[in-house]
Amino acid sequence: MEKYRKFKGIVAPLDKNNIDTDAIIPKQYLKSISREGFGVNLFDEWRYLDMGEPGQDHSIRRINKNFILNKKPHNRASVLLTGENFGCGSSREHAAWAIKDFGIKAIIAKSFADIFYNNCFKNGILPIELGEKDINTLFNDCLEKENYELTIDLTNQVVNDNFYNEIKFEINPYQKESLIKGLDEIGQTLENIDIIKNFEDNYKNKFPWLFN
Amino acid sequence: MTPKTLYDKIWDSHCVKSNKNGFDLLYIDRHYIHEVTSPQAFEGLRIAKRRLWRTNSNFAVPDHNIPTKNRHKGITDPVSKIQVETLEENCENFNVKKFSMNDPSQGIVHIIGPEQGLTLPGMTIVCGDSHTSTHGAFGTLAFGIGTSEVEHVLATQCLIQKRSKTMLININGQLSNGITAKDLILFIIGKIGTAGGTGYSIEFGGSVIRSLSMEGRMTVCNMTIEAGARAGLIGVDDKTIHYLQNKNYAPSKNKFEEAVKYWKTLNSDSNASFDKIIDINGEDVSSMVTWGTSPEMVTNINGEIPLGAEKSYSSALKYMDLAPGTKIRNIKLDKIFIGSCTNSRIEDLRSAAEVVKNKKISTSIKLAMVVPGSGPIKRQAEEEGLDKIFLEAGFEWRDPGCSMCLAMNADRLNPGERCASTSNRNFEGRQGQGGRTHLVSPAMAAAAAVAGHFTDIESI
Ligand code: SF4
Repeated sequence: MEKYRKFKGIVAPLDKNNIDTDAIIPKQYLKSISREGFGVNLFDEWRYLDMGEPGQDHSIRRINKNFILNKKPHNRASVLLTGENFGCGSSREHAAWAIKDFGIKAIIAKSFADIFYNNCFKNGILPIELGEKDINTLFNDCLEKENYELTIDLTNQVVNDNFYNEIKFEINPYQKESLIKGLDEIGQTLENIDIIKNFEDNYKNKFPWLFN
Repeated sequence: MTPKTLYDKIWDSHCVKSNKNGFDLLYIDRHYIHEVTSPQAFEGLRIAKRRLWRTNSNFAVPDHNIPTKNRHKGITDPVSKIQVETLEENCENFNVKKFSMNDPSQGIVHIIGPEQGLTLPGMTIVCGDSHTSTHGAFGTLAFGIGTSEVEHVLATQCLIQKRSKTMLININGQLSNGITAKDLILFIIGKIGTAGGTGYSIEFGGSVIRSLSMEGRMTVCNMTIEAGARAGLIGVDDKTIHYLQNKNYAPSKNKFEEAVKYWKTLNSDSNASFDKIIDINGEDVSSMVTWGTSPEMVTNINGEIPLGAEKSYSSALKYMDLAPGTKIRNIKLDKIFIGSCTNSRIEDLRSAAEVVKNKKISTSIKLAMVVPGSGPIKRQAEEEGLDKIFLEAGFEWRDPGCSMCLAMNADRLNPGERCASTSNRNFEGRQGQGGRTHLVSPAMAAAAAVAGHFTDIESI
């Protein structure tokens, strides 16, 4: 996976709680067997006025001009700002794939659902949890200022608008490192082959009925 | 010895390597696979030239995409067809045991795991599916994972995980007559909210849980994810052990007895400490119906859409086309869906059949369908004559699969249609774009089918 670098990007505000993975990427697109190409269908039922089907030509679909990601400059957003419990619902990693494919590299929310939060790290997306006050400030600034941008600095754990706000955020050091280094988790685990084999042998002796 | 929670007991027995950063390497006993979240994982293995670590810990079944009608004709949707065929091919290439679409044991992944005796107490169980929490009813640590983690388990039999916080929800007293496990879990979600369990695993205990059947316990654990918790757990008792006897893949005779000795230790120690404890009185639970677009937007059959809801829930009410003050029992339905990994087990079908026996569904209902959770459940229901009861009442009697729980196959709501559904999610578009879902128990769905609107189950 690519290494996560500091970047500056347009912020798209999506002021809603409990945005679920069905809303992020509707089920009909989960029929794909690829990891790519989900970006055009991110928030499909909100972005388009017609019903979407996999494989269709998106250039002829009816666009919902009022939806934030269809408006300039937010159609180029790389930071998503949202409410509570973002990514709740199904475990579909397609939600993270769609977000990444659209070009969003960081999501700032009041809170995240657990499975989605984990899926972000596997895909080079940084989920940032901030308190209510900071979130509200960002929403206000985002609505007041055109082209509102934030610099996301994972190394120093700061989001910064180079103007009013400099907000520190918390992140687990292991997850931080895995993003910054772009680690291959499976490769890392496989460095422990002997430890796993050893564990498995003992385990088999203890619980033989699990190895029928 | 320090007293331990059930969660900690299972975690500790599976911890391969403890890391200082809080992330442990956790050994996984059982991995369930379905067609939607696995193709990219197998592809990843192929690209990296990796093999499966322990082939026979994996079991696969297609369930999300498959037709529930005219199955012998195969899958007509070409995109769905490719996905199901891809699962078949991946299983053949990697030598994974599969229950194909026409296998008599095929069914929804979370139904067939326990039914086949593949889910055993004390296990760690994962699947690329959030409702993996279902299996926690057997004293397992079971949780949903993303596709990258599916690949991780296939290749290493391990996952890098952080221990969650622990919550105990005690439900004491007893449930009133006719109140089911589904009502209980909807009541709990209404109380703690859909993010109430985020960061926790939730253990359910108390006299009400003990009195529930294994089917009911699975319903409760199944929807733990709707309360935000990845895993729900229930300690092992005689019912757990009884359920597993003579199941296809459960340990045979001698090994079974050896296993039982261990399984009986799989309860939280009496003085174990939890990060949070919630007490619920069983008598407080009544028949529940959701009215919004999140499972926490829920009330009981005597309730109404909360006044003042227009403020915080304006988009949900607009989507559902409901006004504050509307009485739940005045909500009219178009379709009825009895199925899903929450409520498609034999006990669910029996309770719905009891309500519709010798009755007809209302003429205002466009479609009412029963989708059993698995082949064996379907056959058992037919042996008991339940299929005839449903058919005579005007229900359709379908083949097992996820069906209209998420509408990846042909079964779906049309825009604007309203459905009483025994599934687990009422999100916008979940059962079909523009469709409106009310989550209920099987008995309530059956009563609504007869009345054409929500009503007291006893009045039917
Ligand atoms: S029945 Fe519904 S919730 Fe259960 S696995 Fe299938 S789609 Fe998911």
